[in-house]
Amino acid sequence: MPPIREFSEDIALVIGGEAGRGIQTVEQLLTIALKLSGYHIFATKEYMSRIRGGSNSTQIRIASRPVSAGLGRIDLLLPLDQKALERLRPGLRPESVILGDAEVLSGAEDLIHIPFGQLAEQAGERRAANTVAVGVLLGLVGQGLEPLLAALEQQFADLDRSVIDANLKAARSGFEAGRNLVGEGRLALCLQPTAAVANDLFLTGSEAVAYGAIAGGCNFVSSYPMSPATGALLVLARHARECGIVVEQAEDEIAASNMALGAWYAGARALVTTSGGGFDLMTESLSLAGMTETPLVIHLGQRPGPATGLPTRTEQGDLEMALYSGHGEYPRILLAPGSHEQAFALSRQAFDLADRFQVPVIVLTDQYLLDALTNLPALDLEPLPVTGYTIETGADYRRYAIAEDGISPRGIPGRGQGLVCVDSDEHDEDGHISEDLALRIRMVDKRLRKLVAMTEAALPPELDGHPHADTLVVTWGSTCQIVREALRRLHEHDLAMLHFPQIYPLPKQTGDLLARPRHLIVVENNATGQFAGLLQRHTGRRADHRILKYDGLPFTVEELTKTLRGLLDRYRPDPMECCDECD
Amino acid sequence: MNATDYDRPGVDMAWCPGCGNFAILKILKQALAELDIPPQRLVVASGIGQAPKTPHYFQTHLFNGLHGRALPVATGIKAANPELLVIAQGGDGDMYGEGGNHFLHTVRRNPDLTHLVHNNMVYGLTKGQASPTSLPGFVTPLQTEGVFQEPFNPLAAAIALNASFVARTFAGAFEESVAIFKQALTHPGYALVDIFQPCVTFNRVNTFQWFKEHSYFLGDNHNAEDRAQAFQRAIESDPWPLGIFYRNPARADYIGHLAPFDGDRRPLHSRRPNLEALARVLQGKRAL
Ligand SMILES: Cc1ncc(C[n+]2csc(CCOP(=O)(O)OP(=O)(O)O)c2C)c(N)n1
Repeated sequence: MPPIREFSEDIALVIGGEAGRGIQTVEQLLTIALKLSGYHIFATKEYMSRIRGGSNSTQIRIASRPVSAGLGRIDLLLPLDQKALERLRPGLRPESVILGDAEVLSGAEDLIHIPFGQLAEQAGERRAANTVAVGVLLGLVGQGLEPLLAALEQQFADLDRSVIDANLKAARSGFEAGRNLVGEGRLALCLQPTAAVANDLFLTGSEAVAYGAIAGGCNFVSSYPMSPATGALLVLARHARECGIVVEQAEDEIAASNMALGAWYAGARALVTTSGGGFDLMTESLSLAGMTETPLVIHLGQRPGPATGLPTRTEQGDLEMALYSGHGEYPRILLAPGSHEQAFALSRQAFDLADRFQVPVIVLTDQYLLDALTNLPALDLEPLPVTGYTIETGADYRRYAIAEDGISPRGIPGRGQGLVCVDSDEHDEDGHISEDLALRIRMVDKRLRKLVAMTEAALPPELDGHPHADTLVVTWGSTCQIVREALRRLHEHDLAMLHFPQIYPLPKQTGDLLARPRHLIVVENNATGQFAGLLQRHTGRRADHRILKYDGLPFTVEELTKTLRGLLDRYRPDPMECCDECD
Repeated sequence: MNATDYDRPGVDMAWCPGCGNFAILKILKQALAELDIPPQRLVVASGIGQAPKTPHYFQTHLFNGLHGRALPVATGIKAANPELLVIAQGGDGDMYGEGGNHFLHTVRRNPDLTHLVHNNMVYGLTKGQASPTSLPGFVTPLQTEGVFQEPFNPLAAAIALNASFVARTFAGAFEESVAIFKQALTHPGYALVDIFQPCVTFNRVNTFQWFKEHSYFLGDNHNAEDRAQAFQRAIESDPWPLGIFYRNPARADYIGHLAPFDGDRRPLHSRRPNLEALARVLQGKRAL
């Protein structure tokens, strides 16, 4: 009798399989059933750029407490085919368990065999093997089967009743098999459900971005499909009728951003969602937004470049592109959410900031965050003031009236007696072409003056840990929660983190915050440390270490914990010196 | 309204004396006046070139954007506020070259806007290079041995895409042009008006006289609802027919397909974020 294999509180389950062969259905059914059973979930995807074949995997973190970052380890591996087994096996530890059907997997002596195929056949539907697998996992966890049965009814609602019934039966027999594994003392998953979690929101990052946009008053989206930014577009399309959103699939990204500018000009709140290559095409219109002072919100879902790069992977390589692209000099705002809550909040805020300052606002996310699925108790739906940034024009209206703070009152055509003239050429206060060079200087100054108020309003960085900690780890965007968890694990009094939800313009206090720590570490999912460079240019403070990763995958909690541990050991003063100082 | 109601007195115009753009501006003001369109209801989106400067020279809302990009801007404006009368205006390089892709897809989309293309068969603002509509043999400082490509035929392209309104006129034919502009401006859906326009400085071949001698208006026997006939006439050249080639009232209305305007044509600027709807959507994200 092999010894009991036990996992508790926080379990990393990895499912691997070929694209188009049901791995997505397994993931959907399992995550929703687990969440409805009261477990905290954080699921991330890793997949190849193809519709079928290849080998994809999903990591599902199942925990008794909230989790919001991906792990590197695998506790339980569920390979749906041989390829997945071979590809994922090197990541296993001695304690890891492989669950699978020996009929489709070979060369895995340590496998806990469950005859998924055979049980499916007995249920009357050979194709329901994946459903058996989901049932087994729920059986292992030990809560009821009801959520899975309900999820199956919904998932397969369009299929024949006989197929649905077979799947329900398959789920039951899988559940039974899972229970038996526990009963026989072969495998135990010890988790504490929390009743309230069943009623939590359950969202991907893409959904958080899209719902945030709706909360920010977005009523127009024009985009061209591109991974990983299409997800948000699909969510907006799904709710277009209910929430009143114009959805336009443009002929290209150039059209998308120009449509959005036309829409903003005419009083809509418009979004474009794209990835690096599409953003490249939009850069001329970004510059147009700068010149015409037309608000614009761009969601930039990053993936590894240059060019087509790794279309389905993750990276934070486009900060400098977002910051410096578009010809000429004009202000802009860059936001970068570090979690699902923040993706919602910043996406919403982006509309407010764009409208208030009449500038383009770019929200930078990445494949890791957008595809990650997690549960959250709530999102903030308190209305933001969405009016007041535009005016009803009088007959003498001048779109670019020189204003002290640079923000000329924005009128919209059809609201008031004035004519709203905006121009891509340098222009006078009325918005008409001008080559008066003295006026040129006044207009450049007016546009750039907005930066003062924008900096004043910049979202503050978020400190986690002691303000005078010796070592400070800086994050932007999706690395935030991974670093946060690594810090929890390190549990060092003299270690803190600072996360920047706004990366440009940097808030005023940035210089002070970075001047304090003895050791400054910047963590980025790119090869050149773009944010570290920006911080240095802005504050003069150079990062002592940059922890960079650019293999197309996100950091994991374990690898960051280890790298940070190594750095802390190097920083640690020798004991003698420490005693001197501490006295 | 009177055409003079649209005047912007004292404005410094960047066009050469004798430029066809003056005639087009006059035609446009007359058509707008006869249709009684107040400047407050009119938006002109234009690109870059000499032609796209037109809206700076009369009373209108204007979005003078990037070279080639007037159509998507105009579409965005119309889709945000269907109550506005929207014109996209520019030159042949602007609309058929740099913005060619938008031309094709705007025809397909069929937003209710009027597309005015000042077609002088040359790049004016950049001083005389060939345009997509330049005729073979046209010599320029860049096409030193003359243009050899097949000229772009905007009318035939639009009819091939089943555009809902396709016309061509000549800047020198005032009355006929006013009538065509009025038809285009009141047509529900996308309406193309390609306008032959002499460029007095950079095109010494296709002059006022040349256009006059090489074009004529389609007669009463032309059936603009017959697509095959329209296409047939559109591929004729030298002499070039003018007039309304094609009209398809059956094309679907773009705005009607946009979710927020289903039974409610109020502009988006008059609407508040629908937080109750969002709350309902989010409630759904708690259960299955
Ligand atoms: C992206 C971009 N490329 C090139 C230009 C330069 N440019 C300005 S107008 C123009 C063409 C002008 O010709 P046309 O569109 O026929 O208009 P016209 O001046 O003859 O009225 C060009 C190439 C530009 N402004 N932007």
